[in-house]
Amino acid sequence: MKEYYEITEPMNILASFFSAIGRWTIRAVGNFGAMAVFFFLAFINIFRARQIREITNQTYYIGAKSSLIVMLVALFTGMVLGLQLFYTLVKFGSVGALGSAISLSLVRELGPVLTAIMITARAGSAMAAEIGILRNSEQIDALYTMGVDPIRYLISPKIAASIISFPLLTAFFDLIGIIGGYITGVVLLGTNAGTYFYRVQSSIDIVDIRGGFIKALVFGAIVSCICCFQGYFCHMRSDGFGAKSVGLATVSAVVISCVMILVSDYVVTSFLM
Amino acid sequence: METPLIEFRNVTKRFNGRTVLDNVNLSIYENQVTTIIGKSGTGKSVLLKHIIGLLKPDEGSILFQGTPINKMKKAEWEGHRHRIAYLFQNNALLDSMTVLENVAFPLRQTTNLPKAEIEKRAMKRIEDLELLEAVGKFPSELSGGMQKRVALARALVTDPQIVLFDEPTTGQDPIRKNMILSMIIHYRKKFGFTAIMISHDIPDVFFISDRVIILWEGGVGFEGPYEDALKQNVPMIDEFLRSLDGFEDQLTGLLSREAFKMHYSAMLGSAAREATSSAALFGVRLNILSEALGAQAALEALKALGEYTNRYFNAVGGFSARRSRDEILTIFPHKNLEEARKLVEDYSRDLEHGVIDHIRDIASGNSGEATCFDIHIHAGVTEISPEDTIDEIIEKGRAKQEIISTYRCDFGGNDQ
Repeated sequence: MKEYYEITEPMNILASFFSAIGRWTIRAVGNFGAMAVFFFLAFINIFRARQIREITNQTYYIGAKSSLIVMLVALFTGMVLGLQLFYTLVKFGSVGALGSAISLSLVRELGPVLTAIMITARAGSAMAAEIGILRNSEQIDALYTMGVDPIRYLISPKIAASIISFPLLTAFFDLIGIIGGYITGVVLLGTNAGTYFYRVQSSIDIVDIRGGFIKALVFGAIVSCICCFQGYFCHMRSDGFGAKSVGLATVSAVVISCVMILVSDYVVTSFLM
Repeated sequence: METPLIEFRNVTKRFNGRTVLDNVNLSIYENQVTTIIGKSGTGKSVLLKHIIGLLKPDEGSILFQGTPINKMKKAEWEGHRHRIAYLFQNNALLDSMTVLENVAFPLRQTTNLPKAEIEKRAMKRIEDLELLEAVGKFPSELSGGMQKRVALARALVTDPQIVLFDEPTTGQDPIRKNMILSMIIHYRKKFGFTAIMISHDIPDVFFISDRVIILWEGGVGFEGPYEDALKQNVPMIDEFLRSLDGFEDQLTGLLSREAFKMHYSAMLGSAAREATSSAALFGVRLNILSEALGAQAALEALKALGEYTNRYFNAVGGFSARRSRDEILTIFPHKNLEEARKLVEDYSRDLEHGVIDHIRDIASGNSGEATCFDIHIHAGVTEISPEDTIDEIIEKGRAKQEIISTYRCDFGGNDQ
C-alpha cells in the first residue's frame, strides 16, 4: 500500500490557486478590519474644539477648490443627458418628460456618483499622496513624539471635511446638471422651457434628494477613509518603498475608492428602494 | 542601587526576518548624558524609537522607572511619553510650515498657552540656536545644518525632561557641532534633563557624556563611562573607537586623542626614551566664557587657543591634543623642565596677540556690564618619566597649573 499520495501537476496548480485566494481573502478581511478601526478612531476625534480651524481649511481645499471642476463636469453631463434623452424620448413622443428624466437621473444616481469620482480624482489622490509623503519623511512619527495624535491631527479633519463637502458639491452638481440639460433640451433643441422646469419640479420628491444626499455622505466617508488609509500605511506596502510606495498608495486609493463608490452605490440604493 | 530610568531587558527586534537588536540588555539613568555609538545599521535609531514607543520589541521588555511599558495603562504611558522629546536623524520638520510655526507647533498642539506666550517661547529657542534670520522660511529653504537646529529648537521648546537625540550634530561645522553639544550641557544643568544621544563626534561627545553604550553586532558591546571603554582592551571595541577618531580634532586642528597616543608611544619607543621630555597642560574655563559671551563665542576662543598652541609648539617639535573640553596637553620631546618652562613663558607673552586679542574682539561685540568678565589661561609644566601614562602626566600638569595670561574686563569684573 502506498504510504503517501503523489501530488500531481493539476492538483498542484489547484492548490496554488486556492491558497492564493485564501491569502488574498485573509489580507482583504484584515485590511477591512484595520480600515474600520482607522475610521472609528478618526471619526471620534472629529468632535473637538481644536479641530474647527483645521476642518475649515480642509473643507476649503476638498470642497471649495473642487467646486469648479465638479460644476464643469456637471454641466457637460447634463448637456449630454439632454441630447441623448431628447432623441430617445422623441421616438416615443414623450419629449415633455425630458425634465423628469434628466433631473431624476442626476439627483438619484449621477450626481452623487460622478461628484464622488471627481473629488476622488482631485482631492482623494492628493490626500493619499500628502499623507504618504508625511509618513515616509517621518513627519507622522514626529507628530507622535510631540504628543500629537497623528490620526486626530491629520485624518479626522479630512474625513470631516469630506463628509461636509460631498453632499454640498452633489447639490451643486445636480443644479448645474439640470441647467446643462436645459441648454441642450430647451435652448438648442427647442423643448418648451415651462414644460421642462415643470417636469423637473413635479418629478423630484424629497425622498430622491434625501437619497442622493445619503449616498453623498456615505461616499464622502468611504473615499476619505480609503485615501487616508492608503497614504497612512504606505510604508507597510510589500510592493514598494519610499517614493514608489507613495505612488502605489495613490493609485490604490483612487482605484479602490472608485470601485467602492459603485459597490456602495448599489448597496445604498437597494436599501433606499 | 539606583533604579534605571529606562531599562532594556532581553529586547529583540527583527525586520523582515533580519535581527537588528538581539537580546539587548542596557540601562539608562536619570540626569545623565548617555551616548550610543555603533556602526551604521547596528540598530541605534531603532533602539531610540523603542524608548519613545514608535517601535515595539518582538521579544523582551522595556521598563520605564522599573515598570514594563507594555503593562502600563495608556494614560500612565502617555504621561511619561509627554516628558520625552525626540530629535530625528533626518529632522522630520513639518515641511508645509515655517521655522517659527514648526518650533511653536508642540506648544500650540499640547498646551493652552496664549498665542503671545507661545510665540515668545518659540522665539527664545530660535534665538538660542541662532536661527533668527530663518524665522519665516520653510524647511526646504534652509541648509541641512540649519534644519537640524530648527529640529533641535522644536525638541527643546517644551522643556522636556528626557531628550532623545538621533545624531544631533550631523551636517554641522565644528564650531556649531560643539555649540550644540555645549547647549546640551547647558540645558542639562539648567533643567536637569536626561539626554540619550546617538553621535559619532569623538572626542567632543565623550567630553559631555556620563555613560557610553557601544552597540556591536546587534548586542551591547560595552556599557559604562568612556574611560572604562578604553581600558577594556576588547580588540573589536578598540578598533571601532579608533576608526571613529580621526587624526585631527576638528574644532581646534590639534591631534586627535588616538593620534596623540600614537605620537606619545612612538616617542617613548624611540631613542628619545632615554632623553628628558616635558609636558604642559593648558586650560581655559569655557563655562565662564560661555556664560559671558554665549556658547559659540566660547568655542571660537577655544578654537583660537587650540590653533595658536598647535602652530606655536609644532614649530619647536611639540605635539598637542585636547584632553577634555577645555584642557590641552602638549608634549615637548627632548626638552627638560627648564627648557619647557622657557617655551611656555615665551608662549604666554605672545598669547596676548594670538588669543587674548581674539577674546577681546569677541567681547567688544558684546560690550556692556552684562558681558563683563575676567578670564585666565592656566598652564602647568611638568617633567615626564618614561613610565608615565598620559593620565598621570595630566594629573601632574594639573597640580602645577598657574595663571599665564589674563583677559581683564574693561569694566572691572570679578576674578574667576
